[in-house]
Amino acid sequence: MRRSTHLALGAIAALCTGGVTVPATAAWEPVRPVEFIVPAGTGGGADQMARTIQGIVTKHSLMKQPLVVINKSGGAGGEGFLDVKGSGGNPHKIIITLSNLFTTPLATGIPFSWKDLTPVAMLALDEFVLWVNADKPYKTAKEYIDAVKAAPAGSIKMGGTGSKQEDQIITVAVEKAVGTKFTYIPYKGGGEVAVQLVGNHVDSTVNNPIEAVAQWRGGKLRPLCVFDAKPMAYDEPIADGKGWKDVPTCKSAGLDMEYLMLRGIFMAPRATKDQVEYYVELFKKIRATPEWQDFMKSGAFNTTFLTGAEYAKWVEAEDKRHQTLMKEAGFLAPSN
Amino acid sequence: MEELVNLFHGFAVALQPYNIMLMVIGIVLGVIIGVLPGLGGANGVAILLPLTFSMSPTSAIIMLSCIYWGALFGGAITSILFNIPGEPWSVATTFDGYPMAQQGKAGEALTAAFTSSFVGALFAVVMITLVAPLVASFALQFGPAEKFAVYFLAFCSFVGLSKEPPFKTIAAMMIGFALAAVGLDSITGQLRLTFGVTHLLNGFDFLIAVIGLFGIGEILLTMEEGLAFRGGNAKINLRVVLQTWKELPAYWMTSLRSCFIGCWMGITPAGATPASFMSYGIAKRVAKKGSNFGKGEIEGVVAPETAAHAAGTAALLPMLSLGVPGSPTAAVLLGGLLIWGLQPGPMLFVEQKEFVWGLIASMYLGNIVGLLVVLTCVPIFAAILRVPFSIIAPLILVLCAIGAYSVHSSTFDVMLMLVFGVIGYLLKKCNYPLAPLVLAIVLGDKAEEAFRQSLLGSQGSFGVFLSNPLVSTIMILGLIALFWSVIQEGYSRLRSAATA
Repeated sequence: MRRSTHLALGAIAALCTGGVTVPATAAWEPVRPVEFIVPAGTGGGADQMARTIQGIVTKHSLMKQPLVVINKSGGAGGEGFLDVKGSGGNPHKIIITLSNLFTTPLATGIPFSWKDLTPVAMLALDEFVLWVNADKPYKTAKEYIDAVKAAPAGSIKMGGTGSKQEDQIITVAVEKAVGTKFTYIPYKGGGEVAVQLVGNHVDSTVNNPIEAVAQWRGGKLRPLCVFDAKPMAYDEPIADGKGWKDVPTCKSAGLDMEYLMLRGIFMAPRATKDQVEYYVELFKKIRATPEWQDFMKSGAFNTTFLTGAEYAKWVEAEDKRHQTLMKEAGFLAPSN
Repeated sequence: MEELVNLFHGFAVALQPYNIMLMVIGIVLGVIIGVLPGLGGANGVAILLPLTFSMSPTSAIIMLSCIYWGALFGGAITSILFNIPGEPWSVATTFDGYPMAQQGKAGEALTAAFTSSFVGALFAVVMITLVAPLVASFALQFGPAEKFAVYFLAFCSFVGLSKEPPFKTIAAMMIGFALAAVGLDSITGQLRLTFGVTHLLNGFDFLIAVIGLFGIGEILLTMEEGLAFRGGNAKINLRVVLQTWKELPAYWMTSLRSCFIGCWMGITPAGATPASFMSYGIAKRVAKKGSNFGKGEIEGVVAPETAAHAAGTAALLPMLSLGVPGSPTAAVLLGGLLIWGLQPGPMLFVEQKEFVWGLIASMYLGNIVGLLVVLTCVPIFAAILRVPFSIIAPLILVLCAIGAYSVHSSTFDVMLMLVFGVIGYLLKKCNYPLAPLVLAIVLGDKAEEAFRQSLLGSQGSFGVFLSNPLVSTIMILGLIALFWSVIQEGYSRLRSAATA
């Protein structure tokens, strides 16, 4: 029912906007509505991005066929990955990934690897920032780390999204760099984590920029450092005359950890070159729209765009890195 | 005063003919979405979200929030007529709504449900208008321990009120907890009880269990009892609306209590489902005719519907002021806000006055429009019961199957629904209550998560559940609710001893 409603509405939307502007050069085009799988729940970061893309496609008539967003969040996204893995040879199915592309198979032992899918393109990378409550005295990452070191191990609470996923991986890495232990408390969604920090139920978080920016603007939270090699590119002031660009890197504060989360697109197994090419072109057009650029700015995303062999190489390296990180943290499922 | 000026400004925005048209469209779509079990408000809003990107944010949120109101109204319809809850929060409405329909009072039950929904929503909107900033800071005090206390209270206020032996209630609840535990354990990130079956990765979805247990189970029972639909003599004219309205003011106390429970649960944010259960449970304890609950008491429809709608409305407040959605639908709306370039959070009320007050004004108007739309349809809905069972039963079966399929677009879920149907039939035959089972499936994993988060934070000390006045009060209320009958008995014994 949901799917057919999707299709009907999508078709109506396509008719209403009336435009069909797919270039004649494309060798392959979808002949049926395309399913856009989100391996996460509604309202989260991946879901927002998928629905923004869907909105952009509809508004600018970038596809002849409707693009239908479907959430398959079961088993930390395992449901979605297995669904696409089992749709070999179906070019009408794409999936947006987050770090659970690597972490879910490692932590749960479900039979899946990114190599089962066909890589299409990296859309962007999501940053991670160390946040504390604005009422706390810590102005820099160093001050906070010193306070953590001084406190008894385990008495400082770090809130994060999910268990054995990116937030907890970063937490473990910070523990290692600092030489102490946090108590990691997993929550269901990033927005909830940010609010728990505002309410002082946890002491710090590693929220993505988009999850906590509103609380920063409202003067409730303070960013200490970003887990990237260089500061973020956006210099528009957000609070107290400071913008994302003014957030120093964690490395400069003595926390040697870099972590970026993939926001990338994959297709089902056995996709042809033409089919991959179609989607690459589509996402290039999406990236050129002002709506996409606004979205990138609102979430302070790292806008690296990769396709083809370069993209596959990046994913491969990242997969290896996650295996090491997860192994060191003791997060591997018994079967692995 | 500034709030009122802003509100009137908001009314001016919401009353533009274009926006009123969007409101009516939204309500009608929402009612349809609410009637179809499984489709649900969150899915409905998610599907329609991209259509609104070309509208102004204010118009878009007006239409989407009206779909939300419509779904809240619509959820009650199938609960009352066929014992199939269209939405999770209408489960408690079936307890008395369906028996009423069987007694030929479908019109009364529907009117009571719709009117109560309206009252609940109105109360919540007034609260949002007047005390929004205050309420937002209250929500911030809710950490894991406080949340667990709220779930604890919901369970306690519901346990022990059924007439079935406590052993059967506890057995049913434990089955519910076991089912809720299947799937990903969100604290350790590991899979539990899935036995390598891919379909179980997602756990047992509450909706599928409910559609099977209630809908299919009911059809099986009716078949056994001779293929007759009771309740065909329902009055089908609009006079029944007026007659019911005369009756409703007598339940003002229940309404008011349910409004408070609903607002509280919507803000914290526990959501509409626990609100409806808790409100029903407490009304059953406190009401004069409480012992009649479950046999077709109109008050048993008023209590859960008022609370569910108040909670559903109040759930939008933490979303707007904190960026935390109080319900799945609110979560999708939150995504919409971000896409329209609005940043929910403390600054939204300051920086986007037109949007916020336009939305609040549309809550008033949308609910009035919604009430008018659904009330005029009461006779039509009640007339459905006159259709012979042999025609309507296959239709209901199809509706249930579609609903179960649409939850995750999976045919496995349809099988699962049928299995739950047989289980539901057997449990009813053996006089096991279904309500505690359902409550445990809905809230079991959330309560577990909050419990374990609390203990993680306190490094294993149970003192965290009595560590501040807020959490202690809720926990003690829960214990009082749990042992209410014992306390009452002790009190009356004490009194008789004193007089003797």
